[in-house]
Amino acid sequence: MADEEEAELSEKQKKEIAKWFLLKSPPGEIQFVAKDVKAVLNDDVLYEEAASEAFPLYNKSHLISLEMPGRIGDVIVTSYGQLNETEFIDPRTAQVAVVDHIKQVCTEVRPALDEELPSAYVEEFRCALDAEILKYVDEAYPKGICSVYCGNGKDVEGPGSDFELVVVISAARHSPQNFCNGSWRSIWSIEFKDELQMLELSGKLQVGAHYFEEGNVQLDAKHECKDTTIFQSSEDSAIAIGNIIRQHETEYLSSLEESYSNLPDTTFKDLRRKLPVTRTLFPWQNTLQFSLTRDITKELGIGK
Amino acid sequence: MEAAMGLMRRMPPKHTETALSALLSLMPQHSSDLLSQVDQPLQVLCDMEYGKEFILCEYNRDADSYRSPWSNKYHPPLEDGSLPSEELRKLEIEANDIFAIYRDQYYEGGISSVYMWEDDNECFVGCFLIKKDGSKTGQGRRGYLQEGAWDAIHVIEVGPEEEGTSHYRLTSTVMLSLTTDNESSGTFSLSGSIRRQMNMHLSVQEGHLCNMGRMIEEMESKLRNSLDQVYFGKTKEMVCTLRPPSEVVMRLPDS
Repeated sequence: MADEEEAELSEKQKKEIAKWFLLKSPPGEIQFVAKDVKAVLNDDVLYEEAASEAFPLYNKSHLISLEMPGRIGDVIVTSYGQLNETEFIDPRTAQVAVVDHIKQVCTEVRPALDEELPSAYVEEFRCALDAEILKYVDEAYPKGICSVYCGNGKDVEGPGSDFELVVVISAARHSPQNFCNGSWRSIWSIEFKDELQMLELSGKLQVGAHYFEEGNVQLDAKHECKDTTIFQSSEDSAIAIGNIIRQHETEYLSSLEESYSNLPDTTFKDLRRKLPVTRTLFPWQNTLQFSLTRDITKELGIGK
Repeated sequence: MEAAMGLMRRMPPKHTETALSALLSLMPQHSSDLLSQVDQPLQVLCDMEYGKEFILCEYNRDADSYRSPWSNKYHPPLEDGSLPSEELRKLEIEANDIFAIYRDQYYEGGISSVYMWEDDNECFVGCFLIKKDGSKTGQGRRGYLQEGAWDAIHVIEVGPEEEGTSHYRLTSTVMLSLTTDNESSGTFSLSGSIRRQMNMHLSVQEGHLCNMGRMIEEMESKLRNSLDQVYFGKTKEMVCTLRPPSEVVMRLPDS
C-alpha cells in the first residue's frame, strides 16, 4: 500500500500535507488530529518530522499555556516569550520554561539570566502592567492566563527612548465530553513613545470554537483594534492600559453576541429562509396541477 | 480510513475541499471510499442547450462526464452514458420543475438539480441537490454576508410498493459557511456540516414526489433549526464560557 503512495507524492509533499492538517487543528485538538495524521501517513519517520515542525507553530499560534513544575504557575507558549526553540520565559516569575512541544508539557524550569530580563526601568512598567492585567483577567476570564512581555527596547535604561510591552491573554476550554472546545486569544502591543509622550495600543483578538456532536461546526472570529493614551508613571500607565483593554474586549464580546443574535433573522435568512416567501409550507399536494400548468410562479405571487 | 474520517470531523468545514484532496493524494487506494463518504461542496456546470446551470455529484457522473437534468445529456458529451428509464426520466423532469419552485420559495435564488436512477435493491433512488450563494455579491438579498454558502444533498431511497405504501429512507447533508465582516466587529465566520437520516413508511396515494418533497422539506427545516439553535448556539455558549458577559457577573449578587 505504501508503495503506491510513494509513486504519487514526494516525501516533502506528504510532510507538507501532514503539517497542514496539524496546523488546521481546532483549539485543543491537535493531539487527536496527530493520531489520525500518523495513521493516514503510515510512515513514522515522516510523521515525526512533520510533527516537530508543526507543533511549535501550533502551540505558539494557539498561545497554549503549560503548567510549570513546582506549582509556580503557567507559562504561555508565545513568540513574545521565546528565547530559543524550546525555551520560553515567564516574566512574572523570571523563570525560563523548557517546553516539549509535541507532548505539550513543560519539562523543567530554570531562573532567567540577567540578560534575558528587561532593564529595571522597563521592568517597573512591565511589572505594574502585569499586576493590572492579572486583576482584569481574573475578573473577566474564568480560566484565563496572561503575561506581559517586553517586545522591544528591553535594555532601555531610562526616559529618552521608546520601548514596547506586549500583553498576551489566553483562555482555553476543552470539554470533549461535551463535544466542545474553544479558545480566546488576545495580543496587545503597547508602544511607549517617549518623544510623543504617548502610548499606542494595538490589539489582535481571536476567538475560536468547535462543536462536534454528530456534526462539525466551527466559529472563527478575528478582530483588530487600536487606541492611544498619554504616557504617565508606570502605575498610572498600567491602569490606563488595563481600562482600554477591558473596554475593547468587552465591546468585542458584545459585538460577537450581536453577530450571533443577528443570525436567525438576517444573516441566516440569506442562505435559507425558515419559511417560504408564502409563509406556509410548500403545497406538495398541489404539485401535479402546478406542473401541468407550469404557472406556479404567477399563481403564488412570487414573480419578480 | 477511520483515521481519515476522524480528520474530516475535525478540520474546519470551510476547508473540506482542501482536506479531501489532501487525503485523496495521500491514500489513493481509498479514493472511492473517500469520495462516497465525504460530502464536499457542490460544483456547477452550465447546460448550454438550455442556458441553465446544473449541479454535479457522484450520482449524475459517468466516467468524467455529468448528466444535465435539463437536456438529459452528458457534459462533456459521452457516448452511451447511463440514463434513467423513460418512466423514471418523466418523474425526474417533474421533480426538477417542482423542486425548482420549492427552492425559490425557501432560498430566494440558488440552483437545484434532481437526479433519479434505478437501483437493484430499491425501487429507485432520487438525489435532490441545492446550492445557494448567499453572499453580498451572490444572491444574498439582504446583503449581510461577505461570504455565504449553503449546499444541501438529499438522497432518498424508495422501496417497492407494498399494499399501497412504500418505504422511504432519506439521508441529508447540509454544509454551510457564512462570514460577516465589518470594521467594528471584525470578521465573524461560522462553518459547519451535519448529516441526518429519516425513515418513513408512507402511502403512495399522492405520489412518490409528494412524499419525497414533504420529507425533504421537514428535514431541511430540522437541519436549519439545529444548525441555528443547537450548533451555532453551542459555539456561542463556548464563547460566553471563555469570557462571560459582564452583565452576568454584575447580576450575580442580585439573584
